[in-house]
Order: sequence, then C-alpha cells, then structure tokens
Amino acid sequence: MTDLMMNRRLLLGGSMAGIGLAFAGQAGAQARGPRPKLVVVVARGAMDGLSVTVPYGDPNYAALRGGLAVEGALEMRDGFGLHPSLPGLKTMYDAGQLRFAPAAAIPVRVRSHFDAQDVLENGGEGLREQNDGWLNRALAAAGGGGGLKGLSVGAQTPLILRGAAETSSWAPGGQVKGEDRIAALLQDLYVDDPLLQGNLARGLETEAMAMAAGDGSTLRRNDVNGLGQAVARLMTGDNGADVIALSVDGWDTHARQNGQLQTRLTGLDQVIGGLHDGLGEQWANTVVVVATEFGRTARANGTQGTDHGTGSSLLVAGGALKPGGLIGDWPTLADNRLFEGRDLAPTIDVRAVFKGVLRDHLGVDRAALDSRVFPGSAAEAPTLDGLV
Amino acid sequence: MTRTGPLDAAVALTRFGMGARPGEIATVAADPRGWLEAQARPGGAPVPAGAFETSEQRLEAYQDYQAEAARARRMREAPAAAGTAAMAADAPPSAAQEAADARRDSRRNLVQDTAREFLARAQLGAETEAGFAERWALFWANAFTASATKFQAAVFVGQYEREAIRPHVFGRFEDLALAAESHPAMLLYLDQAQSVGPNSPAGERRQAGLNENLAREILELHTVGADGGYTQADVTEFARALTGWSTAAGRRQEEGRGQGRRRAAMLAGEPGENGLTFRAVVHEPGERTVMGRRYPAGGAEQGRAILKDLSNRPETARRLARKIAVHFVADEPPPALVNALERAWTGSGGDLAVVARALIAAPESWAPEARKVKTPYEFVISSHRAMGTRPQRVQPLQQALVQMGQPAFAAPSPEGWPDTAADWAGPDALVKRLNWAKAAGDLAAERDAVAMAQGALGERLGDRSRQFIARAESRAEAVTLFLMSPEFQRR
Repeated sequence: MTDLMMNRRLLLGGSMAGIGLAFAGQAGAQARGPRPKLVVVVARGAMDGLSVTVPYGDPNYAALRGGLAVEGALEMRDGFGLHPSLPGLKTMYDAGQLRFAPAAAIPVRVRSHFDAQDVLENGGEGLREQNDGWLNRALAAAGGGGGLKGLSVGAQTPLILRGAAETSSWAPGGQVKGEDRIAALLQDLYVDDPLLQGNLARGLETEAMAMAAGDGSTLRRNDVNGLGQAVARLMTGDNGADVIALSVDGWDTHARQNGQLQTRLTGLDQVIGGLHDGLGEQWANTVVVVATEFGRTARANGTQGTDHGTGSSLLVAGGALKPGGLIGDWPTLADNRLFEGRDLAPTIDVRAVFKGVLRDHLGVDRAALDSRVFPGSAAEAPTLDGLV
Repeated sequence: MTRTGPLDAAVALTRFGMGARPGEIATVAADPRGWLEAQARPGGAPVPAGAFETSEQRLEAYQDYQAEAARARRMREAPAAAGTAAMAADAPPSAAQEAADARRDSRRNLVQDTAREFLARAQLGAETEAGFAERWALFWANAFTASATKFQAAVFVGQYEREAIRPHVFGRFEDLALAAESHPAMLLYLDQAQSVGPNSPAGERRQAGLNENLAREILELHTVGADGGYTQADVTEFARALTGWSTAAGRRQEEGRGQGRRRAAMLAGEPGENGLTFRAVVHEPGERTVMGRRYPAGGAEQGRAILKDLSNRPETARRLARKIAVHFVADEPPPALVNALERAWTGSGGDLAVVARALIAAPESWAPEARKVKTPYEFVISSHRAMGTRPQRVQPLQQALVQMGQPAFAAPSPEGWPDTAADWAGPDALVKRLNWAKAAGDLAAERDAVAMAQGALGERLGDRSRQFIARAESRAEAVTLFLMSPEFQRR
C-alpha cells in the first residue's frame, strides 16, 4: 500500500468521523488483519485411525489387521501412509498443510460412543462434567474481546458448540428469507421465549447469507464437496462465521469395514477439499481439525470389522498450519504396548492438540485454556512446537 | 392458572398424546386421567393399518435380494476373472446388466415397503384416538433403536415396531427387551447375526469370531446404562453368551441332499420365539460370568437369562424412569417424578402398565407450563391433528422430516433420537420448521386459524398468541403463526 493511499484513507476517515462510529467494529476487525478461521470436524462412531493414518511401517500392523490392512496407502514420512481414499489430504500433506497425531485419545477411558463423544465435545476431564461445549467456551475466550462467530452445520447444534456464546446453524434446503414479514412477527411473538426467539433470528440471518451466496436449495444430497464449498462461503465476508462445527457420521465399522471406510473417507476428503476450494485466499488463515471419540481394536474382529477401542488419529490441516512432524509419539503395535492388550495405546490427550490450536490460531491465552475452556486441564500443556 | 378439566385435557392430549384433533379436548375433559389410563392395555399399542409383510415373509424377500446381489456381483466380476475382453458396447442388454437391474429393483422394493409403513405409522399418529399409547410406543421404539441408517435394519424396521415393540409396551419390560433383542432388525442392525464364538464348531473351522456390538449396546443403551457398573470383561462375556442369536436361514440353504443337507440343517439353526433363530453351531461353549453372576452353559437360554437379569436390575429401573420423565415432562425432570416412576417400576417387577399409570398419577406430570419442545415428528403429526388432516404421501413427509433433522425411522445412532430442546430447537431447525409451517399455512388457507388454535391448544393457548393469530394479514399467515407459536412448538 502506498503512502498516498494510506493518507487518502486516513483523510476520508477523518472527514467522516461524525458518522463513522457505526463502522468502528468492522474497522477494528480489519486492523487486526485477517480473521482466523477454525473448522472442527467430529467423526462420530469411532473412526479407525489405523486405517486413516496407516502405520504400514510398524512390523505388527499387517499381521494384526489381516484382511483389513490397507493396501496402497499414500506414502508419508515416519512409516505412515494415508488411506488411498484421501488424495486431497495427501496433496495438503505434501504442501506442509497436514499434520496428525497417530495415537490420540480423550482423557477418559470409556468405550461408549455417547459418553466418549460427550467428553470429546464438552472438553471435560471426566464423565458428565460440563453441559456446554469447549468450542463454544473458546469463542468467548478468544482474543480481541471475542467477536468470533460460531456456526454449526446441520439441523441440530452439536454439543461441542452449545453454550452461552450465541451461535448459528445452517443446513441446505432453506426457503425463508430473513426480511419476511412473518419472521418479524415471530420475533415479536417469541418475546417471552428467548430460546425460540434467539435461535430463529440467528437461523434466519445465516439463511439469508446462504441465499445471497446462492446456496438456497440447490445443493444435491450427496454433493459433499459442494457442501464444503457452501460452508466456506458462509465463512467469508465481513459477516462470515469464524468457527465451524461439522459432524461426519458413520464410522462405527463393526462389520465389513473396508467398503464402509472407503465411502466415509472419500466424503471426508471431499468436504475438506470443498472447504479449501471455497475459502480461496482465506484458506491461508484456516485450520481444520478432525477428531473422533475413540479408535477401534487393533485386531480385526470376527466379522471383517473392528470393535470399540481407544487411541485413534487426530488430523490437523489448513493453510495456517506450520509444517512439522508427528504430533505425539507412536506407541507401536507391539503386543505388550497395546492398551488392555487390544487397543492402540494413546500417547497424547486430544485436549493438548485442541489447546495448541486455540492458543496459536485463535489467540486464547493459557490461563483461559486451563481453567475455562478445558477446566482442570492445566497438566495437559498445549502441543509445544507451535502448531500454527 | 387454576386447574380445570379442559386445561388437564389439553395437557393430556398434547404432553402425553400426539396432539389434539378438533373437538377432542372437549371429549377428554370429562376425565383426562381416565382417558390416559384406559390406553394402557395389556395387548399393547395399536399397529399401523394396512397390508404389510411379517418378518418371516420379509426375510424371504431380503434373501431374494441377497441372492440377486450375489449374482450381480458374480456377473460383474466374471469377465475380469476370466481375463476376457470387455463386452462390446453395442451388444444387447447383457446378463450382467439384467442382474444389476434386478438387484437394484429388489433393493428399491424393500425400501419402498418400509417407506409405505412409515406413512401408515404417521397416519395412525394423525388419526388415533389413543394418542398416549402411540407416544408410549414411539418412546420404547426409540429406547430400543434399530435405525434405518443401516440397510439391513431398514428392511425390517417396520416389522420391528409392529412385532417386537408395540405388543409389549404395556407388558413386562423383560419381555419387551427380549422381543426387541431377538428381532431380525436388531440382530442385523447391531451385527449380532454374524457373531461367532471362537471356540464353537463353526469358529474353529473358519476365520470368524465375536462381534460385541449388540452385547455392549444392550448394557449401555437398553438396560443398566453406561454408568451401570459393568466392565469390558462383562461386555465380552455377554457377547460370548449371545453367539448363536441369529436370523432364520433362507429356503435355499435348507435345500440340498445327503451330507450337504445335514450340514445345511445344522447351519440353519432352530427357530425360536420372537423371530430368533438359534444357531448352536456358532455358540461359544462354556459358562459365563456377567456383572458378578454366573450362568451355566446352555445355548440360547444363557443369553436370555443374562438379558432377563439385566432387565430387572435397579440400575435399569433408575435409568429408564429418568428417561421416561425426560421424554414426557421436562428436560430436567423433577426428582420426585423420577422417584415415583422408579418405585412403580421396581415395585411391579418392571410392569410397564404400572409405570405408565404412575406417570399419569404424578402431580408433576400435570404442571401447566409446557417445558418440552416437540420433536420434528411430533410437530408434523400434531399439526395434522390440529388441522384435522393426515399425511397423504410419504415423499413430502420424508423430505420435511429430513430437513428438520429427523429422517424417517433413521435415528443417527443406536442411542436413538435425542430428547431435549437444545437438540431440536437450534437455529437451522427452526428455519426449517418455519418453511414447513408456511407451506402448511398456504394449504390450509381457507381455515379459521383462531378456531384451529383453540381446538388444538384449548386453555393452553395464551392471549398473546391468540391476538397475533387473530390479527394476521391473511388466513395463511394466521395458520403459520399458530403452528409456530410457543404454545404449539412446546408441549
């Protein structure tokens, strides 16, 4: 930017000072530079990490997995490969935009999907300790006096984004415009029902943005890349959402898991690809985290699948990511290293990674991370090597 | 607000039932509690009307589909395996193509039958005079979720609700649990039908083994609950006991001659009650210990004995008492209500009619404030009841429910549908409800919305909503405002 242009802006700002106050917030946001964007993908049903970041260099892998051992993994460093259904993520890896923890877990050892998803999302130290989600608490604690906007994708707001900070949600298929007369009437009718009043207002606001971006009801049902792009469009512009919660279901592969995983991983690859494509230049300010409630048994079960386990992969991608190696150690699949003789043993607490991302990317300070965002987690330091 | 017959009737019809149809509040007002109690009948809840297959018939259709799928797969792979050139593009429709078409057609037929059954169930909900029995049945179907998100379960989920759930919802919980866990829908949904005891005759012969999915979910979701005090070892032991619980084999497998025939008969197993087929050949031999109790070796009976004990444990009573209170009364239910339900449960040995009567008798159940946000299904069905209509076609019904976040028969996981306001009244969900309410308003535009609201809500209709409906600029807008009013969104 030339001095001349700078002066011109200052001049204009000065001359319009009397009416400029309404824009102070936006100007402040611009002054901070590009806003950080964070997408947290919750893979529900217990994603089989051993098939996502495949440890083909581990001498026990092939024998433990038998027919479930992934063939044709896309080679990475350190003896790992990505599942062949993840070519988009492989491109990111090659560009230094993907890192992973090969053996991460929540702090509690449970094998119930629902208890474990609760802990993954509420950020508690133990079971049933928090009724709201850590991503919601992070919105309030983020730097710059908050102001980051949260959005979940889907008709239901997932626990991870529920809480005191107001958030919106969106799914394809809307028709109502925010400026409709009926919307205004309902705001008035809901005066004694703050839940309905606030949520409808935010829903309509997001819907209006989606309509403006052309995403009304045009998305085809299985167009996962298109969904990623539509979400990306809701993240751009002055009013765009900054922190996104997205769920991907269907990972509970108890039987015949090879085919099921191929479908799921293709979807995951495409939705992240859609985010990348849709965000354009904003990708450089973006971090995407993919986490699951727990992993699956190291051995194949009797029905060409796997049962509920412990450690799994946690992925961190995005243009804002610094290149680097494994997050946490590889525990190996040696018999005496398996957790309870059956599961991949965790070497890192998912909260350590989440805290690293929140600190480095959203500017949440350590004290808030330890006490408010992840209560009682002081012992879990944010991942140390500067994730982003 | 003073307690009146009409107010109690409105509460009975909306909180316990599927909503009020025109004139229904006046009918029920004479004795709201009596109206509810009369629905807790030993025969269970009414089933949707229409000609539907039994699960035995359905199993044959499913096996035909499987055979077609296998044939299509063989045909597809055959040329490649033989190393022959690909078939010429201008050849007449190939046998492989025909096989693929047959497979697709029978898959579609199976799914369409389930969709037809869903429509019949929605129509029952919209028209029944026993709305409480219907809600109670839907509650138990959700407590024992077999979700159509998995194709095998989608094939049988209609039969499941009709055969395993509805007949037992006012009987003993242990009988309901046994019927549900034995049904093909559940055995296929939670992979039990494929689980093989590693030391069973079949397990020793081939590469096959345990699948602990059903055992775990029975413990965690159907009986004692995740904090019920069991360990991984209990899950595995229970899974071993359940090996052999399977679905009936197809006609084809029972055909054959000589030794093949004997072997086929052994693999086919013995048909038992509730549609369960027990295959001794895959059952893990030996005695088992689950939650501190020992169960002697004993075929299908071993799993049944464990399930029965789990059904009658105090943790099960406590957990389900709370789940009932959450579903019917409040996201954070009054402890006195939960205690009353638990006492009724344990005092009666899990007699669900007694538990239902305790729910009806509890004063906490009748608080005039509506604390529950309706689920999308409840919203759509109660809207039809308010308008005096019924869903006519399944496609728009399914589409509306998908958009609002509750697709037909397809809970996202074995945990079933969630049950709190935070789950159902999110920003996008409310936008989708408004979409639907606008379309419904346009269709009902010749109707008197004030009368409709009065008929559906009675004394629950507040002055503010009444005024908004009365002052709407069009009849369509008035209907939409009524359907979106806080009183109608809640129950």
